[in-house]
Amino acid sequence: MTTPPSAAYEGVPPTIEPLEVPIGERGLWRRMPKKVWVGVGIVATYVLVALLAPVIAPYDPLMIDPANSLASPSADHLLGTDQLGRDIFSRLLYAARVDLPIGFLGAFLPAIAGTILGALAGFYGRWVDTVIMRTADVVQAFPAYILVIVLVFALGQGARSIIIAFTVLAWVVYARIIRGEVLRVRDLDYVHAARVAGLRNLRILRVHVFPNVISQTIVYLPSDIVFATLALASFSFLGLGIPPPTAEWGAMIADGQPFITTNWWFATVPGLAIVGLGLGLSLIAEGFEEALRG
Amino acid sequence: MSDFLEIKDVTVTFKVGSTIAARLKGDPPPILTAVDGISFEADRGESIGIVGESGCGKSTLAKAITGLVPVASGSIHLDGVDLAGKRDRATMRRIQMVFQDPSSSLNPSLTVEKMLSELLRVHEIVPREKIPDRCAELLELVELPPSLLTALPRRLSGGQRQRIGIARALALEPEVLIADEAVAALDVSVQAPVLNLLNSLRENLGLTLMFISHDLAVVRYVSDRVVVMYLGRAVEDRPTAELFDNPRHPYTKALMAAAPKFGVKKKPGESALKGEPPSALDLPSGCRFRPRCPLAAEICEQTEPDLTGPSEIERAACHFAWDEAPA
Repeated sequence: MTTPPSAAYEGVPPTIEPLEVPIGERGLWRRMPKKVWVGVGIVATYVLVALLAPVIAPYDPLMIDPANSLASPSADHLLGTDQLGRDIFSRLLYAARVDLPIGFLGAFLPAIAGTILGALAGFYGRWVDTVIMRTADVVQAFPAYILVIVLVFALGQGARSIIIAFTVLAWVVYARIIRGEVLRVRDLDYVHAARVAGLRNLRILRVHVFPNVISQTIVYLPSDIVFATLALASFSFLGLGIPPPTAEWGAMIADGQPFITTNWWFATVPGLAIVGLGLGLSLIAEGFEEALRG
Repeated sequence: MSDFLEIKDVTVTFKVGSTIAARLKGDPPPILTAVDGISFEADRGESIGIVGESGCGKSTLAKAITGLVPVASGSIHLDGVDLAGKRDRATMRRIQMVFQDPSSSLNPSLTVEKMLSELLRVHEIVPREKIPDRCAELLELVELPPSLLTALPRRLSGGQRQRIGIARALALEPEVLIADEAVAALDVSVQAPVLNLLNSLRENLGLTLMFISHDLAVVRYVSDRVVVMYLGRAVEDRPTAELFDNPRHPYTKALMAAAPKFGVKKKPGESALKGEPPSALDLPSGCRFRPRCPLAAEICEQTEPDLTGPSEIERAACHFAWDEAPA
């Protein structure tokens, strides 16, 4: 009969592996690539501008001066004036106070709602999953922009309606991503181990599942802020966003559009402001992804 | 025999996804029997090995004993207490498990200390202020330096992770420890120390060890008794030395012949076992090993052999197992 080589185990001391010296965990922040910091710098500048707009801006963004409309850039008006004679530079700065909060809230609220709903759906399954994910299907079956337009009409124009509309719409993406992640993590051995240890469902979800799926939300969030800001600009451009005379980048682009051949900077500069913010946020998103993958 | 852990006729079934057509016709979903009426007992401090091919139900059996999957029929008693139905936290604590894959068995976002202290806190095993000390003790128990307490799992080697997995199980001071392929994913050089650790823990803490593996050499090394499983059933259940010296069931013989040996070259195509095990959804009549068995006879087609033998601790499920006198 065979003699399996179990004799090979005899006499081996229980410890022969090299035992590592104390380990300092490098925090997640320390592992972030440089591009994240560039992105954070750009976004921080925007936030600073928004906060300090009343201090930096040379004019009241709503002050009309019909005698001096459509002026070219000069020492008095750095970026000229619009068709009503309002200072474009001041309006550009003040618009950050509108676009940033809506962009951030319009991305954070759906991210939070979608992450929680997706985690519940994936973790509990059964009817919880059915109710949440079928609702998601219904939302997704509508053309996105039409849904926002309908909601804005129903709730009345303004920042609040736009944020609500974004939340109703965008949570679906997070719910789907997180649900998939939870389905994967739920069957890993460390979750089984937590169950064998007699931990309660809610604790397992909170301590052993949630922290290991949340990175997907974090990676997706910055690009969603870009999306929310762009969408806000698009709606304002179409006249569905923030009602005039409030300064808002999308509305400014719409205002400047008829004058693109003569006063090209009028529509271009708010466009560049959006691009710059998008760039900063994209750098953060990309860097996050690299750091979390590594 | 005190029958500390008593597994009696345990059956675990899963509903298998059926086709839409079958569901429309109202056919009941097909049922897969992963564990099919297994019985065995273990004394306190005994070490039982469970061997079998992949898919034979050994991991499902482990999950049924820990309470991770429900038992369809049969019973599990621990020290006289019936573990049927939903188990409370204190009962769960008595049976702990070490998992197979060291890369997925530790929560990647918790440091070793956080992971261990959560268990100690929830189960109130030591007073709160003693928790850090207890964590260090647990690492000492699995022969790791306390400096690893602050480490995240991805900084640990496979062997270290497996030891942390053992420490996590031991944190709850269980009476039964189930090791499901606990060294299969480790390098051979790391297997030996982990096995020796399990052995010494069993001796020092009086643990009942259930060691599940496909590796005969490993099972032989750590077990007092071995249960050989085939397609959800126990085909042989005997003391380790006797089983390895003189296997009774043709399946056990084939498994041993299939194990690689030093210095013996196998010719290509020369395999002890013919073919794949049949599907658990479509079992052959009579003995389930019949289609692959070199001894298959008419009786094997008609009656499924019982797990019997000359004594309670010497049993095999083959019509011909005890034809010759036991050696």
